[in-house]
Amino acid sequence: MDMTVAKKKLGLKERYAVMTRGLDWTPSYQKMEDIYPYITYEGIKIHDWDKWEDPFRLTMDAYWKYQAEKERKLYSVLDAFTQNNGHLNVTDARYLNTVKLFLSGISPLEYVAHRGFAHAGRQFPGPGPRVACLMQSLDEIRHAQTQVHAVSNYNKYYNGMHDFHHAHDRVWFLSVPKSFFDDAITAGPFEFMVSIGFSFEYVLTNLLFVPFVSGAAYNGDMAAMTFGFSAQSDEARHMTLGLEVIKFILEQDPDNVPIVQRWIDKWTWRGYRVLTLVAMMMDYMLPKRTMSWKESWEIYFEENGGALFKDLARYGIKMPQCAEQIALEKDHLSHQAWSTFYNYAAAANFHTWMPDEDEMAWLSAKYPNSFDKLYRPRYEFWREQAAKGNRFYNKTLPMLCQTCQIPMIFTEPGDPTKICYREVDYKGDKYHFCSDHCKAIFEHEPEKYVQAWMPVHQIYQGNCFPEGTDPTVEGFDPLAAVLKYYHLEHGRDNLDFDVSEDKKNFAEWRGQATKNI
Amino acid sequence: MSTVFLALQTNEETRPIIEAILQDNPSAVVDEQPAMVKINADGRLVVRRQTIEDITGRDYDLQELQVNMITMSGNLDQTDDEITLFWKA
Ligand SMILES: [Fe+2]
Ligand SMILES: [Fe+2]
Repeated sequence: MDMTVAKKKLGLKERYAVMTRGLDWTPSYQKMEDIYPYITYEGIKIHDWDKWEDPFRLTMDAYWKYQAEKERKLYSVLDAFTQNNGHLNVTDARYLNTVKLFLSGISPLEYVAHRGFAHAGRQFPGPGPRVACLMQSLDEIRHAQTQVHAVSNYNKYYNGMHDFHHAHDRVWFLSVPKSFFDDAITAGPFEFMVSIGFSFEYVLTNLLFVPFVSGAAYNGDMAAMTFGFSAQSDEARHMTLGLEVIKFILEQDPDNVPIVQRWIDKWTWRGYRVLTLVAMMMDYMLPKRTMSWKESWEIYFEENGGALFKDLARYGIKMPQCAEQIALEKDHLSHQAWSTFYNYAAAANFHTWMPDEDEMAWLSAKYPNSFDKLYRPRYEFWREQAAKGNRFYNKTLPMLCQTCQIPMIFTEPGDPTKICYREVDYKGDKYHFCSDHCKAIFEHEPEKYVQAWMPVHQIYQGNCFPEGTDPTVEGFDPLAAVLKYYHLEHGRDNLDFDVSEDKKNFAEWRGQATKNI
Repeated sequence: MSTVFLALQTNEETRPIIEAILQDNPSAVVDEQPAMVKINADGRLVVRRQTIEDITGRDYDLQELQVNMITMSGNLDQTDDEITLFWKA
């Protein structure tokens, strides 16, 4: 009798080929250009889609298996966190403002990333990138959901998180991350991949997630640490996708090089401007600091990004020019941002405060070239004023940059005592910019950026009050009306940390948890 | 040569993997951070299945590493036997 010999299991490379190329087909009764309508207009030329390969060679069956395991791990930790009143284990209640910033600023972007990768994947005629985009699209919706689930435990006890998505679409500073992603998903599929897949995931993600996640670990936040790590385990794959996409496009045709270079220049700058929020989180909002913004920029961008661009030089790709200006800003970025949020604490969904003496000493040590000279005196003045009962709340709305939508708070490259203003006249209107880079981005695509929904303009035009508001009545308080439109409660969700309900409640609850009363 | 790195969660599953990486990569340096281990190497870093299996005494599928990875830098190539991170320049 013949024995049936068990067929040898396919190797990783063959399995990948079977589960990607093997699942594709050539359409017979529809034209390729009708099925993939967005694939040529950006000017990118692709000759052989099969040259694209996922270096992890992950196939859908293995994907589900490992993702399920990640979810099981994550949710058992979240249960333990809730059962153990984990929210009382964070360093101090100021830390929670990091969570609020993350939930309203970043989590909604995960959802938009989900949509973006679903869209891009649909548009690519190659099965390799299509499968990788499908996985990333699923990853991103998982990130949005797990972040909302993890943070919902904090929302039971602390203020400012109750309507994060409503806030994301309306609150002035949240238009910075929101417009960044909206800009990316309204670009063509190739630009989307370069903007999010490469510039954001590969070049900048370490500056967003690693400080945030290790910040959570340092500050006793087990919930954020766990969802952070769970999301980050997908990130390694996203980074690989981003790098492969770039190499693939560049290898396909030399005409692609200048187009890709322009996108890298644009998106590195756009992403860096969004990271302003992370810079101030690292230097001011984590009660126990991990490393300074400047140190993390030096490790993850200058060192690591330097290695990357050296590697890409063989294709003719250069380090984006904006890196020079970013290097000049690294001594100032977080301080200028925190000063702004301190000013506008009445209009935000989280609290701000002045650093204490120890924290000022840390900042002096980390920023010897700038802190004592430029920022400490300002803080000391504000602290004095607050002690006298004059805590400064700025009620004048700032001018915004038309491209990044950040208030015009940044200083001239090389002169930190002078605010940087740039402007452009376009079709009879004047547009303002925070920098030469934001100005250049606008000038290349003015018809896109004139449509930007600028929060300050919208408030002045009367579009950010609850329906039925009459701004002409005597004693009308515009800030109160805007907060209602944001679904924020004055005196509860906003203002200085010192007078907050969060501070009071946290102290009381932690007291109950450690004493027999 | 530029540095490549791989960062893994600190846990029981990654302990033998880190040990294997240190055995197989003479230039590898461990940087322990809160809840995370970052391994830096000069230009090239290899994770070998056989070494992990020798340490743990059980079969290991390199794709299991997906669960515990945090971040990395460098070009990547994965086969049944190895994961390699490398810079070409
Ligand atoms: Fe994500
Ligand atoms: Fe700007």
